[in-house]
Amino acid sequence: MSGSAAEKTKQAVENLGRNVVSGVQEIGWGSSLLAESLFWLFAGPKVKQPVRMGSVFAQMMEVGVYAIPIVAIMSGTIGVMLAIQGIYTLSIFGAESQVTIGIAYSITREFASLITGILVAGRSGSALAARLGTMTINQEVDALQVMGINPVRFLVVPALLAMVIMVPTLTFMADIMGLLAAGLYVSADLGISLSAFFDQTVEILKVADVLHGLEKSAIFAVLITLVGVANGASVKGGAEGVGKVTTRAVVQSISAIIVTDMLFAFVVTR
Amino acid sequence: MTFDTTNREKVIEIRDLVTHYGDRMILKGVNLDVYEGEIIVIMGGSGSGKSTLLRHMMGLEKRTSGTIHLLGADMEKVSMGEAFEMRKKMGVAFQGGAMISSMTVGENIMLPLSEHTELDPLTMEIMARMKLEVVELAGFEDLMPSELSGGMLKRAAVARAIIMDPKLLFFDEPSAGLDPVVSSQLDQLILKLREAMGMTIAVVTHELDSAFTIADRITVLDKGEILMTGTVDEIKNCDNERIQNLINRRTEEEILDPEEYLNRLTGGEIVPNVKW
Repeated sequence: MSGSAAEKTKQAVENLGRNVVSGVQEIGWGSSLLAESLFWLFAGPKVKQPVRMGSVFAQMMEVGVYAIPIVAIMSGTIGVMLAIQGIYTLSIFGAESQVTIGIAYSITREFASLITGILVAGRSGSALAARLGTMTINQEVDALQVMGINPVRFLVVPALLAMVIMVPTLTFMADIMGLLAAGLYVSADLGISLSAFFDQTVEILKVADVLHGLEKSAIFAVLITLVGVANGASVKGGAEGVGKVTTRAVVQSISAIIVTDMLFAFVVTR
Repeated sequence: MTFDTTNREKVIEIRDLVTHYGDRMILKGVNLDVYEGEIIVIMGGSGSGKSTLLRHMMGLEKRTSGTIHLLGADMEKVSMGEAFEMRKKMGVAFQGGAMISSMTVGENIMLPLSEHTELDPLTMEIMARMKLEVVELAGFEDLMPSELSGGMLKRAAVARAIIMDPKLLFFDEPSAGLDPVVSSQLDQLILKLREAMGMTIAVVTHELDSAFTIADRITVLDKGEILMTGTVDEIKNCDNERIQNLINRRTEEEILDPEEYLNRLTGGEIVPNVKW
């Protein structure tokens, strides 16, 4: 229970090593899960084990359609926030009318995908981890396996497909809602008409800017799913374990989203 | 009464099965044959490795060494497609039922059919209702699993396990957590299934009454080793002390190694760590 400083240091280094190894292990597991999911998606029908479209649609409702209100409200709020801060900052140079550039770029390239990713991670990433965790503990996953139903095909692929379709769709909606809300604020504050704001926005934005956000959001979708599944499947110990992996899934997927966001911006923008 | 194994095919053949959970050895060289049409009960106290043995028989775990042949093939060595075919011939009723909680009882029971066959929905519904009749749960197909009691869940799980008319049926602790009446109903159901469908049934349990009622043969597992495999009478009359302790519900005096005991008490702090 006690130990010299040298021993404590040794312990700390050992722990660090263990954590790094388990982290790498988890990333490896996630990648093989992605590979397996793609296998079932494309090769499943050939071995008479197709992915059921019914469950994909059910997941799309859950992940996408039911998230519309919250994503709309939050992206609108971010739009207004950007407008307020933008006008404040530019007023220093007396260039308030240039605020549209900042808003248009930051919403489409950054904030729409980021806020959508974080919201979906909180709503659906956690739900996925909790569902898979509970199913693992109740031996439902074992039961599927014994019945010859591959759990990856049955549980993971529908969720992955739904995420990859719905997160970019939600992001596109967030683009529009964010710009609309920002436009309303700008037109009220600076007296520019809404249509003038949108003309300006369309002029500034290129398709590549919108795509930049959408591509990123597709990566977020994959990350949210893999982190949720990996955590759910690694559950240990009853209900408390499910709580733990759910929290872990949310924290990890939001962290992964933010780090990936930065890396993506760095690689693509430079 | 002896169990006649002549003219019976071996359905499960386990040879020198060794398994680990982390660093801990769970099964230490298990050998077991299960014959066609028999009900074999795997008995043992908690921690004896009986559930682990069952999980290995179902192909849910990776083993350290040894072989397990199910219906003539080793699931770890066949192709993915062959493993699927093998799985269609087996069913399992897990301890808590393991019904998919987001689906109704009926959908759960039809799941193997909808995933593995091209039958039309009406036929599948009729088949599911037939199996529900067998387990005396007719009319419960539209309920959610959460609306069923423990005993009903187990019976529903049996209905799902037998929907494909498997050759091999596994039961994990069928009587755990049930009152004696419901538990004996489940025993009768197991006997009925064997009679009606000629299935080979492997049951893991620690309930003695249940084991003696249903078993053709019993295999007693203790600390990862098989102590004995034999008919009910052979088990009852054997003079192995550990088996007698188990069936007479006597607790066993643990033989202690003084050094290990000290190690356990002190959490390994005082005894010098010989590894370094």
